[in-house]
Amino acid sequence: MNRLRNISLSLLAVAAFTSLAEAAEIAPGERRSGASFMSVETLAMQTDATANPGMLWVLDGEALWSRKPVAGRACADCHGDASSMRGVAVRYPAFDEKLNRPVDLEQRVNLCRVDHQQLPPLADESRDLLALTALIGRQSRGMPIETGTDSRLQTFIDKGRDAFMRRQGQLNLACTNCHDDNWDKRLAGSAITQAHPTGYPVYRLEWQGLGSLKRRLRNCMIGVRAQPYSADAPEMVELELYLMSRARGMPSETPAVRP
Amino acid sequence: MASALINVPATAKRGDIIEIKTLMSHIMETGFRHTVTGEVIPRNIITNFTCRYNGDEVFQADLFPAFSANPFISFFTIATESGKFEFQWIGDNGFQETASASIAVT
Repeated sequence: MNRLRNISLSLLAVAAFTSLAEAAEIAPGERRSGASFMSVETLAMQTDATANPGMLWVLDGEALWSRKPVAGRACADCHGDASSMRGVAVRYPAFDEKLNRPVDLEQRVNLCRVDHQQLPPLADESRDLLALTALIGRQSRGMPIETGTDSRLQTFIDKGRDAFMRRQGQLNLACTNCHDDNWDKRLAGSAITQAHPTGYPVYRLEWQGLGSLKRRLRNCMIGVRAQPYSADAPEMVELELYLMSRARGMPSETPAVRP
Repeated sequence: MASALINVPATAKRGDIIEIKTLMSHIMETGFRHTVTGEVIPRNIITNFTCRYNGDEVFQADLFPAFSANPFISFFTIATESGKFEFQWIGDNGFQETASASIAVT
C-alpha cells in the first residue's frame, strides 16, 4: 500500500512539472530501447539464451508448434519449421483484409486457430498463447521493426497516436507526458523509458513471468488510474500499432527481459 | 509442460573449470500469499536440485520459498572425463523433472 502511495505521489509530481512543458516527440536519433535503461546484469540475462527465462516459453512454443490437434493440422503442417516465421513478428500489428482493421500477433494466432485448425481461440495472456507468440517473435530477434509501412494502417496509427497524446485517468496523464517528455527521469526509483515495445512478449522480473504488450499497457493505464481497455478492444490494438510504428527500425529483442 | 534449459560446454580440456547453467520452469509459489478472499495459496516450490557427473554428485542445493519463479542455478565443476551430466529437480506436489547433457573431454 505504501509503495502504491509512493508511486501515485511521484506520478502527481510528474504531472505537476509536465503541465508546464510542451509535449515533444522523440527524434529518431535519440530513440533508446528499454534495454539501455536496465542494469548490466538484467541485460546479460536477456542476451544469454540459457539464462533468459523467456526461452522457457519459446521451448513450450516449439512443442505446441508441432502438436497435432485431434482434428485438423498442427502449425507446422502448414507453415513448416518455426524458422519460416522469421520477419513476421516485426510486421505486427498488421492489416487484416477480411476484418478490414489491424490485428496484433496474438489475434493472428487465434484467427489461424479458428479458421484453419478448427480450435477454440486461446485465452488472453494464457501460457499457450504467450508460448506461441514468444516462439514466433524469437524468429525475428535482431531484425528491425517494420510495423506500419502498409498505407492502409495510417488512419489506425493516427488513432493510436491520439490515444497516446490524450490525457486520461484520475491522475490526468497522457502516455506522452512520461514517455516523450520525461523518459530521462525516474519514477519511484525506476527508469521511465521511452516506451518502445521492442521485445514483447517480455519476461518481466516483477511479474515473475512472460507477458504481452497488452498486459504492460493495462499496467500503465491502471498506474494513471484509468479504466484499461479490454484485451481485444480496437483501441488497444491501435495503441500497440502506434507504439510499434513509433519504434520502426529498432531491432527486435523478443523475448526480452525487463525489471 | 515443465521444461528446462541447460548450458554445458560441448567440449572441454581435461582439468578445465567449466560453468554449468540451468533454468527450470516453475511457478515457485511461496505459500505466504493469500487470495482476495483470504485463503492461503498453498506452497508449491522446488525443494531440491541435484547434478550428477557420470553418476557422481557434483552439486546439490536445497531451495526455499524466497527463490524466484523459474529458478536459474549456475555452478562450476572440473571437466575430468567425457560423459553425461544428469540434473534433477524435486519439489512439492510430487514435482520431479530430469534433464541431461553430454560433454566430450579431450
